[in-house]
Amino acid sequence: MRLVLQTYSPGAFYCEMLSSRAAGPIRDRLSALTIEALEQRAAAAEAELYNLGITFTVYSEKDAIDRILPFDVLPRVISAEEWRHIEAGVTQRITAINRLLHDIYHEQHILKDGVLPADLILGNANYRPAMQGIDLPYGCYVHICGTDLVRDEHGTFRVLEDNARTPSGVSYVIENRRLMLRAFPDLLDGIALREVDDYGLHLAAAMQEIAPAGMDNPSVVLLSPGTYNSAFFEHVFLAREMGVPLVEGRDLEVRDDRVWMRTTGGLAAVDVIYRRISDEFLDPECFRADSMLGVPGLMRAYRMGNVTLANAVGTGVADDKAVYAYMPRIIRYYLQQEPILANVETHICREPEALAFTLDHLADLVVKPVGESGGYGITIGPRASRQELEECRAKLLADPANYISQPCVRLSVSPTLVDGQIVPRHVDLRPFAITGKRTWVLPGGLTRVALREGSLIVNSSQGGGSKDTWVLE
Amino acid sequence: MNETLLARYAECLFWLARYVERVENLARILDVNETFSRDSRGDQNWRSVVQLFADQERFSRRYDTIDADTVLDFYVRDVTNHTSIVSAMRAARENARTLRPMISTEMWTQLNVFYNRLSGLTADELAPGRRARLFGEIKEACQTHAGITEGTLYQDQGWHFYQMGRFLERADQTTRLLDMKYHLLLPKPSDVSSYLDVSQWNALLRSVAGYHAYRRVHPRGISPARVAGFLLLDKRFPRSVHLCIRQVEVLLSELKARYALRGGQGAAEELDGLRGLLDSLGIARILAEGLHEFLDSVQLRLITVSGDLSASFFGQ
Repeated sequence: MRLVLQTYSPGAFYCEMLSSRAAGPIRDRLSALTIEALEQRAAAAEAELYNLGITFTVYSEKDAIDRILPFDVLPRVISAEEWRHIEAGVTQRITAINRLLHDIYHEQHILKDGVLPADLILGNANYRPAMQGIDLPYGCYVHICGTDLVRDEHGTFRVLEDNARTPSGVSYVIENRRLMLRAFPDLLDGIALREVDDYGLHLAAAMQEIAPAGMDNPSVVLLSPGTYNSAFFEHVFLAREMGVPLVEGRDLEVRDDRVWMRTTGGLAAVDVIYRRISDEFLDPECFRADSMLGVPGLMRAYRMGNVTLANAVGTGVADDKAVYAYMPRIIRYYLQQEPILANVETHICREPEALAFTLDHLADLVVKPVGESGGYGITIGPRASRQELEECRAKLLADPANYISQPCVRLSVSPTLVDGQIVPRHVDLRPFAITGKRTWVLPGGLTRVALREGSLIVNSSQGGGSKDTWVLE
Repeated sequence: MNETLLARYAECLFWLARYVERVENLARILDVNETFSRDSRGDQNWRSVVQLFADQERFSRRYDTIDADTVLDFYVRDVTNHTSIVSAMRAARENARTLRPMISTEMWTQLNVFYNRLSGLTADELAPGRRARLFGEIKEACQTHAGITEGTLYQDQGWHFYQMGRFLERADQTTRLLDMKYHLLLPKPSDVSSYLDVSQWNALLRSVAGYHAYRRVHPRGISPARVAGFLLLDKRFPRSVHLCIRQVEVLLSELKARYALRGGQGAAEELDGLRGLLDSLGIARILAEGLHEFLDSVQLRLITVSGDLSASFFGQ
């Protein structure tokens, strides 16, 4: 009989389970379980995910394969105090990002005052001149934000990345909790957790709030690329939770600068669109002409203020990895506050001293291309072969402005069930925040876990899984 | 605002119902043929299934022989045959996937699990001793779907489209089931049937779970004409063409009245005409003029109804 945690050792890393005093009672309960019992319950939970079709689709040349996001049954615990800190920090950050976007798409004070280099913004691939001068309800651009946090070896939370475009993963937060409630009712018994089930209600309320002025009973839809999109399950989930139609571009049309959807009874007006399609595919008249996913004329209706898009167009300029480096200064500039959540120290390779430093310390740094997401194109110095480092050096020299570098954060670990053993695996945390009139942060967020031994990359496309995140009352 | 229904959703609901109904009826047809083929007339009986769906050409391109193994493989497991049970179930599941914002998680989960079960079917499960059990399982899964739908699907516009799809498909499938045996009625409808014929009509009735209902209407004897009349014209048997057509008529008029929808006029007229025929023609006259031709004309009318619903409500 092997007990959970009996032989577990986190090594030199900060451990989310062992280092947390608040996790004590949960630790005690887990310690009384055998690994075999844990495995049985994990297998049952996995079968349930498959039956429920909580899957993302992986396309190969021949087939479409439905895979479940690997789910680890050992929860990640966050104390009430830690959560207050994260919540305040995330809210502060989103407030600053919204102020930044409003400024960029209006007077551009921050550029004129020299706090941000103008070419970093105006030359950015995600800067949308079409947004210039448009006034949005509550000046809000980023209605749904996912802020990626990591925890270093001292247990300090740091922001790794802001996801201000169409962040995904929130459906797993809620489904993971539902799954845990069914699979481990005994583990949760008598432990007060913050709820996650009301995300859909908060989202629906915010979507109503941001409708164009004068709409009494605004009609909200969720715009998806369709069933073949890998995140389609999440789109379904959110539409269900909000109780709104899940539409595709072909269901919508623009007439007289208004957006309409095709119903059995003819055209019906649409006031708010939570879109899960990226900017460039939204409107073939304005962006990519070959987009089959979008709605011709949508930007016209948007510019006239006849429809609200969530998130707004052009938010990608704010979650750019290069702009990220300036975020502490952006917070100070707009809010006259010190950042509550620190950044990871970042070297902007477009700056000569930073490039020189990066080239000198390549083997110790993580080098990231600024435009990519999903963990692609990253070189982790301490893990890279000599050849990989040389390739990285060549790329940096060829196009320094495309890269940033950061010290290698020793990410915290969490005990994880892998092949019948409880082993330490690195985790991050993506809290989700909704902003209408004000910002609300879903307690907890998505804990992603790098399932491969030693791996720091938690993305689902690169072998990552997820855990339920328990914020204690 | 909540009263509106996305045209594409209406279409998906309509087809979800049709595909599940189709799966159930295909299982019934294959099951009843299994019973019929016990009279050891070689491959002829399995050929009749292929002929029934006019699939001779597609079938011969894929298989060299027509026998139980090839026909069942083609209509149950073959994913490259878009009319197979597994393909129809896949289409049902794809529609359900699109509809997930509207349908209950229970509806979705059952379809998903059932599809996963069918897509993992092995040839062994179609072996002679196991076929009947498999068809029973398929019918039961379709009925489970119907039950979950009855118990959980919100009864708004979408429900009406779902129900119309279901009854239209069922009417169509009943005509096909009858058509499979129409040749037995060719000589003289009034002739006293041989024992073999009686047992086949008996089996046909049982395949649609209609034996006991038939007995209540006709307590004595089984005659082919009466069975055909029962399946076509009975007003209370849930799988009779008359009842299905009447249901679609009621659903369509409710839909238009409650939700102030325009369109569907062509479908309403076609349904009205078809029901008029079923009301006025007796089975004797239908048989005298040719059952096969009559069934063909019903199928064509049903296609017209479906086409008009599509043009009026699905934005096609």
